[in-house]
Amino acid sequence: MAGKTRGKPGHLPTIGKSPTGILGLDEVTNGGLPQGRPTLLCGSAGCGKTLFAMTFLYNGAVEYDEPGVFLAFEEQPEDLIKNVGSLNYDIERLIAEKKLAIDHVEIERSKIDEAGEYDLEGLFIRLGFAIDSIGAKRVVVDTIETLFGGLENEQLLRSELRRLFEWLKSKGVTAIITGERGEGSLTRYGLEEYVADCVILLDNRVHDQLSTRRLRIVKYRGSAHGTNEYPFIIDEQGITVMPITSSGLAHGASTERVKTGIPDLDQMLEDKGYYKGSSILVSGMAGSGKSTLAAHFADASCAADHRCIYFAMEESPHQIMRNMRSIGIDLQKWVDKKLLRFSARRPSLFGLETHLATMYRDVTDFDPAAVIIDPMSALLNAGASGDVHSMVLRLVDFLKSREVTALFTNLGGVAGENAATEIQISSLMDVWLLLYNRESNGEHNRQLYLLKSRGMAHSNQVREFIMTSGGIKLREVYIGPEGVMIGSARRAQETKDRAAVLIREQEMERRTREIERKRREIAAQIEILQAQLANDTAEIELLNREGAEREDQLAADRVAMGVSRHTGPSRDKSSPKTAKKPRT
Amino acid sequence: MTEHDGYNLRLYVAGQTPKSIAAIGNLKKICEQHLPGRYEIEIIDLMKDPALAMRHQIVAIPTLIRQLPEPLKRIIGDLSNTEKVLVGLDIRPN
Repeated sequence: MAGKTRGKPGHLPTIGKSPTGILGLDEVTNGGLPQGRPTLLCGSAGCGKTLFAMTFLYNGAVEYDEPGVFLAFEEQPEDLIKNVGSLNYDIERLIAEKKLAIDHVEIERSKIDEAGEYDLEGLFIRLGFAIDSIGAKRVVVDTIETLFGGLENEQLLRSELRRLFEWLKSKGVTAIITGERGEGSLTRYGLEEYVADCVILLDNRVHDQLSTRRLRIVKYRGSAHGTNEYPFIIDEQGITVMPITSSGLAHGASTERVKTGIPDLDQMLEDKGYYKGSSILVSGMAGSGKSTLAAHFADASCAADHRCIYFAMEESPHQIMRNMRSIGIDLQKWVDKKLLRFSARRPSLFGLETHLATMYRDVTDFDPAAVIIDPMSALLNAGASGDVHSMVLRLVDFLKSREVTALFTNLGGVAGENAATEIQISSLMDVWLLLYNRESNGEHNRQLYLLKSRGMAHSNQVREFIMTSGGIKLREVYIGPEGVMIGSARRAQETKDRAAVLIREQEMERRTREIERKRREIAAQIEILQAQLANDTAEIELLNREGAEREDQLAADRVAMGVSRHTGPSRDKSSPKTAKKPRT
Repeated sequence: MTEHDGYNLRLYVAGQTPKSIAAIGNLKKICEQHLPGRYEIEIIDLMKDPALAMRHQIVAIPTLIRQLPEPLKRIIGDLSNTEKVLVGLDIRPN
């Protein structure tokens, strides 16, 4: 929430602000209602004036230590207490603790006769007494116009009202005066003439049978304030106003990365994933796997110990969890660990603005790092087409300002009814993933294409997208002469390729064997030749040796012959034989 | 008139303002003229007892409340219009 003196520089005096504690309202009023002054809260019946006013008092008493007085002209205290009991406001306890006082003013014309001049001093005394008895800093007067119905003298009433507002100012209380919306004027009796400091208009419009509550600050003297219409919701958690962030495009840009939950997709994004705080649009036709992609992201986010809100617009949380279990994603465990929160609402339940206000409240409350809106297209149909762009812009800006990574799925992809809005919205997105479900060769196959991804080098490839029991897998696609091959065509191509590989391998093996055989053949031949060579060598040696022996023999014979010529022949015959034997 | 014949009247004022003084004077005059001997007037100054303003549902000053006879009747103003006072108090039929 903005500080009390925000909006003006330096030493210049600024008006004090009294925070309402209403989510979003203090943001658009730069801190709250003008302190010590009356604020006019107007709107038609049933638009939430009384609840707004009571919330202002309740928050004041509980959160800001500012007791309050509720001066009720329309409802009995018991009814008031009962009505806000649904918001868990324990009014009775506050009354017992003297932090709140309720005074019901009963005025009925039929029971009152007027005889002469009078003034409303009694009302001043009552209010003054109530204020003083609990030291009130806040006052609600709801709805003072009832007096016009109860009393005849309108001229007197007007002057007394003027006096009342001046008196409230002099008391230094921050007051809310409620007023019924009139025709052609803000309030039926022109209260805006008297309350000049701050005027807030509440509205409840019905469009296509969906009612949307809106708030507009008509005037805020001395303070900057948002001038747009802000949607707001009233539910069991109180009032939430969805502000347009005044930051606009001033949000920071993180360089931190978050996993997509699909390793193959991370790899396409510089192997790191999305930027933290970026907005991701996943668009595709029905059944193209958008929710699965979203579930992967939720899973990855929770696995990194970051909180995540899954806004389910078409399926119940149980159905989503069951479906995701079939591809191996267990979201239940994250829900149990309070890291994942499902927020399931039928889009047709409320208008677009109300949805966005609810999201704003949930995000502010749960403070997630990641948000999934599945599908966005359901919301787009909930609003008048002109508003869609600005409302989505608000949501995107809001999420960015909180550095929440947001994944939006969008039913579309082909020139459908959402084509125009999709184009508008895609310009707000940092990453745009297109999922196709293309028919080819008599079958539908899923494909994923990363159409854009701001601020990073990313793959420009169309990938085939397969859902397995272990989640999404992305396959490299085959690019053939007829384009990208997917599904059976890809499988056929793969088979063909595998066959070719097999043939090549077999051929190789055959050739290897052949060579081996040849090598062995040659080796065998070499062996034979070597054996021959060895044989020949041995023979030559033998011959050599025989030759040498013969020489020896001859020499010996010659000696023997010489000897025998002198001794006799009986000794010569045995000696050459014994000499030859050891050599063989 | 019901079982009680007497008038029990309460006049709420806020200090000594001209309207308050006029109302007190007018009331006494009317009662003396039209209800001699059978009326009782109680004047309550809310400046002295402001808590009563809320308890008795007082908005306008002066306020005259006819406590008795029942039913309760409320007349606001300084009671300068005698006719209206008489009608309001059921002293004279409308």
